[in-house]
Amino acid sequence: MSEAVTLRIWRGDAEGGEFREYQTSTSEGEVILDVIHRIQAEQANDLAVRWNCKAGKCGSCSAEVDGKPCLLCMTRMDLFETDETITVAPLKAFPVSRDLVTDVSLNYELAKKVPPFNPVPPEPDGTYRMQQIDIERVQEFHKCIECFLCQNVCHVIRDHDDNKKHFAGPRLFIRVASLDMHPLDATDRKDLLADELGLGMCNITKCCTEVCPENIRITDNAIIPLKERVVSRRYDPVVWLGRKLRSRT
Amino acid sequence: MADFETHQYDVVVVGAGGAGLRAAIEASAEGARTALVCKSLLGKAHTVMAEGGIAAAMGNVYPEDNWKVHFRDTMRGGKMMNDWRMAQIHAQEAPERVHELERWGALFDRTDDGRILQRDFGGHRYARLAHVGDRTGLEMIRTLQNNAVHRGIDVFMECTITRLLTSEAGISGAFGYWRESGRFVAFSAPAVVLATGGIGKAFKVTSNSWEYTGDGHFLALTVGADLIDMEFVQFHPTGMVWPPSVRGILVTEGVRGDGGVLRNSLGDRFMFEYIPEMFRTETAETEEEADRWYTDKKNARRTPDLLPRDEVARAINSEVKAGRGSPHGGVFLDISSRRDADYIRRRLPSMYHQFKELADIDITTAPMEVGPTCHYMMGGVRVDPETQQSTVPGLFAAGEVAGGMHGANRLGGNSLSDLVVFGMLAGRHAAEHSTASGSPAPVPEEVLDGHAEEALAPFNEHGEENPYSIQNDLQECMSSLVGIIRTESEMLEALDRLKVFKERLARVHVEGHRQYNPGWHLALDLRSLLTVSECIARAALERQESRGAQTRDDFPTTDDQWGKRRVVIRQQDGEVVVSQEPLSEMPEELRQLVEEEG
Amino acid sequence: MEPLVTVGVLSAFVVYGTFVAFVNTDYFVDPYLSPFFSPCLASNCEEATWDLFGTHWGFSPALLILPFPLGFRLTCYYYRKAYYRSFLWSPPACAVSDFRSSYTGETKFPLILQNVHRYFFFLALPFPIILLYDALRAFRFEGEFGMGLGTLILLANAVLLGLYTLSCHSCRHLVGGGINLLSQAPIRRRLWGVSTRLNARHMQYAWVSLFGVLIADLYVRLLANGVFSDPRFF
Repeated sequence: MSEAVTLRIWRGDAEGGEFREYQTSTSEGEVILDVIHRIQAEQANDLAVRWNCKAGKCGSCSAEVDGKPCLLCMTRMDLFETDETITVAPLKAFPVSRDLVTDVSLNYELAKKVPPFNPVPPEPDGTYRMQQIDIERVQEFHKCIECFLCQNVCHVIRDHDDNKKHFAGPRLFIRVASLDMHPLDATDRKDLLADELGLGMCNITKCCTEVCPENIRITDNAIIPLKERVVSRRYDPVVWLGRKLRSRT
Repeated sequence: MADFETHQYDVVVVGAGGAGLRAAIEASAEGARTALVCKSLLGKAHTVMAEGGIAAAMGNVYPEDNWKVHFRDTMRGGKMMNDWRMAQIHAQEAPERVHELERWGALFDRTDDGRILQRDFGGHRYARLAHVGDRTGLEMIRTLQNNAVHRGIDVFMECTITRLLTSEAGISGAFGYWRESGRFVAFSAPAVVLATGGIGKAFKVTSNSWEYTGDGHFLALTVGADLIDMEFVQFHPTGMVWPPSVRGILVTEGVRGDGGVLRNSLGDRFMFEYIPEMFRTETAETEEEADRWYTDKKNARRTPDLLPRDEVARAINSEVKAGRGSPHGGVFLDISSRRDADYIRRRLPSMYHQFKELADIDITTAPMEVGPTCHYMMGGVRVDPETQQSTVPGLFAAGEVAGGMHGANRLGGNSLSDLVVFGMLAGRHAAEHSTASGSPAPVPEEVLDGHAEEALAPFNEHGEENPYSIQNDLQECMSSLVGIIRTESEMLEALDRLKVFKERLARVHVEGHRQYNPGWHLALDLRSLLTVSECIARAALERQESRGAQTRDDFPTTDDQWGKRRVVIRQQDGEVVVSQEPLSEMPEELRQLVEEEG
Repeated sequence: MEPLVTVGVLSAFVVYGTFVAFVNTDYFVDPYLSPFFSPCLASNCEEATWDLFGTHWGFSPALLILPFPLGFRLTCYYYRKAYYRSFLWSPPACAVSDFRSSYTGETKFPLILQNVHRYFFFLALPFPIILLYDALRAFRFEGEFGMGLGTLILLANAVLLGLYTLSCHSCRHLVGGGINLLSQAPIRRRLWGVSTRLNARHMQYAWVSLFGVLIADLYVRLLANGVFSDPRFF
């Protein structure tokens, strides 16, 4: 039971490129990555696409299908009309390496800016005690598969290349939130968030949350709580006054 | 030519899954200048796919548990083919490695008193797997990755090693290419740690990703290292079977650990019919007892649904062959009728998500269809259990690419612990080796040129073979002729076909240029894939018995003589040579532990 | 389409609110007081809740109170998303380019002032309580216990406004989100749990409560103008 399907795939490299049309077939239950692999095996051996697990767990195959950022391995073919031409393009926010593969090294560079986990001393037996309720918030952030779709869709860097220097992006905010809310962590990253990582640049328009394949509520559960924590540090006159008075005595 | 960049390091780690990362962290902590080279982006290695958990006898849920019980379970699960010393080190050190992950920021699910919660898994006598829902591997790789990032380890992402470099003293480096640019890169280092994972891509239905092409096995073999136990390929009993495009994707054993059971098309819990003698005394006889076991481990015995993987995979295979399979050629794995929806979603979030998104099935209301999928290579590079050094000085191996730890069959949960226990040892001893041996002699330029030329061969104008069709035919061949059930005639046929594939590979042709060219990458990976396929077939042919993951139709029983021997593979004059060697004797006190009745 | 609706509804609300505040009549029909004028704090009120300003205040008494809920909504994390997208086109929709080429987010004046949201939360907190009081008063008709359609409308309005206020992100932070060891603060843990559940529907509450206020005022206004009479249940 296979059906004909037409894909427009962006082919090219950093110098430039164009969309090329491929006709192939698709059968029941397939995802768009299956169809791209078929094209790769039969028509374009050198078609570059990054992928690994093909089960939505590694976050390698991020791309834009009909203008919508998604994982190719989790986008099912039955979402599309049969006579529709499907357009597949590389992530827009990152420089193209080749075809559908982009250079996402920016995200790895940014990760180095986040001070690492710094645990408080353990219990006398050398291990730690934590309550499930205290780790659940952070466990949500640990679900992140680093597909960088949130980074790609975030207009702060997607549309303003110059912001890449001073804006960490949703993925890194998730990372900082997972450290800042960690029951054992002893490092304070609030000033860093405001000064170096550009938390204030986020205008909470929630596109990161919309594209997250792991359904992490990035804006509501990570970014806004971080903004509130920074407010407590920086913009809260009551806290400020309390701190002033305490430092006097 | 000489058109390549060069780097000097003390330790080069090939592969950045759990074992590679742990090795790199340790080598770096020991003061070694360390390079971490991986085929994919950092953090995408197959470790992220590990679901159920990491086995460590911490005794948080059952205080009766300790390393001795874990050791016993591992040896019995491995049908006594394990390197006993590795199994011992593993059982003893796993708890500390888990606590270490926690010190580095990992957040495992908790018990009520705030300790690390442990879950039931196949072949483990007590609930032993530290876990994070059903995405433990992701937690582990991210924890290690975040730790490594801040240690000044140089990471070479999307860089494939095609050859190891050697001198008379042993290892002197590694040679490879950047996937993105296609440019060559040569590493000079007195110690190389292989942590390249497994060989799953030799088979059609597999839970493994494209990376799993046996690179480490191939690299080690080509520089004279021994491979052992290559006949033992684990088929995980529960992979998805529908729709076709996701066939093979893993369904965690945690489903059964958390109460799911296997049923055939008649609705019977068929596993009760397949309890082998070795596990009879510790396995429940009735459904009532099996169900009681989930809450009362003292007075009830374990459900046969949680027998070691080889037993369950064979049982499913038999049910399907007997015509009692599910509509798409698997069996049913049912948790929906046994646990409430909230519990399922909380304990198995990614399974819920995976079936919902990819198969349109709500596992809280309907059973899953599952069948065996190629999952894990027990065999691999022979290493010294204390140092993880191979038979080649300076060459270390850890994780799936190393052999011996799991014997004839690996227990679920023992892989993640294997990665960190032996990854650490490999890293430490690689660093020590590098300090002791100093900088290696430079590799002659013509050797490097030779490696470069070899790698560029697929661009040859005269070839006509498509690498994708060779891979396809290879997977077909291995699955049908060297799969779960094996016989001599079929394996001989497989070896004949493998010869043809090798000839075809020599005539392979790829289009385009060197920049991120997947056709070219595959053509190079195929070299490893064909070699390990041959090793598997040769080793499986050699072992004339059924044991663990090796099931021979023509030798259906275990043979005590074979129980004392292991199959060793070497390369001599470019040919794969098979031999047998006796297993090393286990000390008396350990033997007693293992022989204790459950 | 979505941005257009947002622009339409928010603009309409602002226009309507301004109109109501400056018309300054028809906001009380015994026992119903329009939420735009509650609490009514000056002598020139049709029905003073608390004559705090006496005769010193000559303008519409709505102007005394409206800045607070207005500021609360203006700095609300949800409304920020809504109007950044629909009014400023920054971005107009996900994966659609920003309208303007330069962008500084909420780091510069005036948008840096969004950080005062939690003070507006404190200032807005009394309003649902006062409106609830209004709704309870609306159970008395000339000294007799009774209930009209208006009573229900005022009651619903107070409840919706309460849900919107308590589901606020700042509220969620203040009751417990700011601490890491919730297990050691059982009361705050429970409050945080409630706020978290409400917060998941903050957007819905934001819209529904907006319409609630609008409908409540419109209802009183129509009654005052005798367009129809209030159906009484008992």
